[in-house]
Amino acid sequence: MGILDYLLKKNKPSSSASVAKERLQIIVAHERSTRGQPDYLPLMQQEIIDVIRKYVDIDQDQVSVQLDNADDCSVLELNITLPDAK
Amino acid sequence: MAKIIVITSGKGGVGKTTSSAAISTGLALRGKKTVVIDFDVGLRNLDLIMGCERRVVYDFVNVINKEATLKQALIKDKRTEGLYILPASQTRDKDALTYEGVEAILNELAEDFDFIICDSPAGIEQGAQMALYFAEEAIVVTNPEVSSVRDSDRILGILQSKSRLAEQGKAVKEHLLLTRYNPSRVANAEMLSVEDVEEILAIPLLGVIPESEAVLKASNQGSPVILDTESEAGQAYQDAVSRLLGDEVPHRFLEQVQKGFFKRLLGGK
Ligand SMILES: Nc1ncnc2c1ncn2[C@@H]1O[C@H](COP(=O)(O)OP(=O)(O)OP(=O)(O)O)[C@@H](O)[C@H]1O
Ligand SMILES: [Mg+2]
Repeated sequence: MGILDYLLKKNKPSSSASVAKERLQIIVAHERSTRGQPDYLPLMQQEIIDVIRKYVDIDQDQVSVQLDNADDCSVLELNITLPDAK
Repeated sequence: MAKIIVITSGKGGVGKTTSSAAISTGLALRGKKTVVIDFDVGLRNLDLIMGCERRVVYDFVNVINKEATLKQALIKDKRTEGLYILPASQTRDKDALTYEGVEAILNELAEDFDFIICDSPAGIEQGAQMALYFAEEAIVVTNPEVSSVRDSDRILGILQSKSRLAEQGKAVKEHLLLTRYNPSRVANAEMLSVEDVEEILAIPLLGVIPESEAVLKASNQGSPVILDTESEAGQAYQDAVSRLLGDEVPHRFLEQVQKGFFKRLLGGK
């Protein structure tokens, strides 16, 4: 994006509130989905990622860890996107 | 039996104390015997906004520690009949408030008040959790700004999991109070609109308080802004109090003055 575009965009106020709204909707939805999760989850997620990284080169955002509570059990869902096998 | 209402927000400086002073005064003006409690231990401020700072002798923590009786610590408001203030302590001890101690005081107050308003400290930690724990209703003060909305959502999560009612499997009644609203900036799409915030937080709207110079003036004088009946902020707080008491009152001051005028001419709302 050129500097001119940037300035034009910045001066166009119509985008400001809607950008705020969009960003909020995303972060709030994310935070609601992790609400009530045990405190150890983020650390466990990090350690899982570290272990996988020992073997495969992946990015942080290629791993998603989710804990779902069903009626009488909890399901830990681990989703890892591995890079294409060469 | 008194109704316990917490005024909370997560984020600091959004207008909790201003709103606590205004709403408790408004309730008393409507004939409800009301006590407003400053839960902001260490950062007492409600007394200044209510204009009774020079009459503080004992505080909340003194009562909990049985160094004073509740009767000795309560300050009777000089302007508004039926209104009492329980000031916060200036102690730096964060653990000065205990759940047992707070519960005992609330029970005692509940015997002869109609409303107990709890002015929460900022944050989502212990102090804020203590202020909201016993509440039956919560007024979530929010500014139309990203960090405030996000923090409001987090405090809603705490209300829904860590309050006494939540622990009993019941729900705290939630109200959204949008403050420091600037209709012309909303019209220019520079500021989140009331509809935007309602959509994101998805709780019923109690009121919208416009950004107003009257608020600073009121705090300078130590007189709750609701007593400034000429000001838009004062009137908006009056409307919010009416809604809290169950009246249906249309929302005002949501639009730029001119725009509102033309819209009305054209038959809009
Ligand atoms: N509607 C309004 N218009 C203009 N200024 C306002 C309005 N509401 C609040 N303010 C100002 O915002 C500042 C913070 O208000 P207040 O102390 O009520 O917030 P608070 O949420 O209690 O803060 P804290 O988290 O520190 O306890 C004050 O300077 C107050 O005058
Ligand atoms: Mg305050």
